[in-house]
Amino acid sequence: MEIGLNHYLVLSTILFCIGLIGVMRRKNLLMLFFATEILLNAVNVGFAAISHYYGDLTGQMFAFFVIAIAASELAVGLGLLIVWHKRHGTIDLDTMSSMRG
Amino acid sequence: MFEAVAFYLFAFLTITMFYITVTTAQALYALSALAAGMIFISAFFFILGADFLGAVQIIVYTGAVMALYAFGMMFFDTTREVKENHGNKYIVVGLSVVAAVMVVAIFSAPIISTNMQAFYPMVEGAGNTEQVGMVLFTKYLVPFEVAAIMLLVAMVAGIVLAGKKMDLSLTLMNAEEIQAAEDEKNKKVLS
Repeated sequence: MEIGLNHYLVLSTILFCIGLIGVMRRKNLLMLFFATEILLNAVNVGFAAISHYYGDLTGQMFAFFVIAIAASELAVGLGLLIVWHKRHGTIDLDTMSSMRG
Repeated sequence: MFEAVAFYLFAFLTITMFYITVTTAQALYALSALAAGMIFISAFFFILGADFLGAVQIIVYTGAVMALYAFGMMFFDTTREVKENHGNKYIVVGLSVVAAVMVVAIFSAPIISTNMQAFYPMVEGAGNTEQVGMVLFTKYLVPFEVAAIMLLVAMVAGIVLAGKKMDLSLTLMNAEEIQAAEDEKNKKVLS
């Protein structure tokens, strides 16, 4: 059985679904970060598959930039998370309501 | 045949690992499952002939990102069970599926419907790493440099944000010093 582009796109969709479910149901901010990593990886799989099946390197380039963005997002986000945890002792999403009107 | 077996095996493993990541209540299980899922994702890149991308995936995600997460988890209380947002499960799953299908359809429909021409076609007789280098350092040189500056800014931000009060050690101070530090911290939070 031949594996085509559609197989990879379906896999990418399923992984994206799992990431979105994680984003919606997680309360802990660290777990929310894990879910965003899953989202970015799902997109990377789609990029690499399209790059392979159309013989074009642009998809791989975009995947590299997505990886760079994921790394910098993590560095800044984790720093903010550590500062928040030092001040409030929790990283629960529900406690971050200081700007509620 | 080999490709099909590898694809289905790694698809099953990846989906299982990421499912564990989003459903488990233990932060450590989630971290381990995420690291395993990242390694299995790199297998797809190797199947697709993007060898350099697969190597970068293993090095950056399971090397740097996971190490940083493990390091960050030392600051948080990870032994406690994570409390979850138990809303309506079917609405969450339904919305996720709809949103994911929409995103993939929006981005892949123009690619599949039109007869797409390769913008930067693969060079014959060159390895994947060589091709990536040729395209990255000619056509994508400016985005590459901008990404480098972005990583530098992120590194400085990470050091500045997480490195505050790192010189204080609670285990090496006596009780009065700890109390003084606590008072100062409370004053800062209240003000």
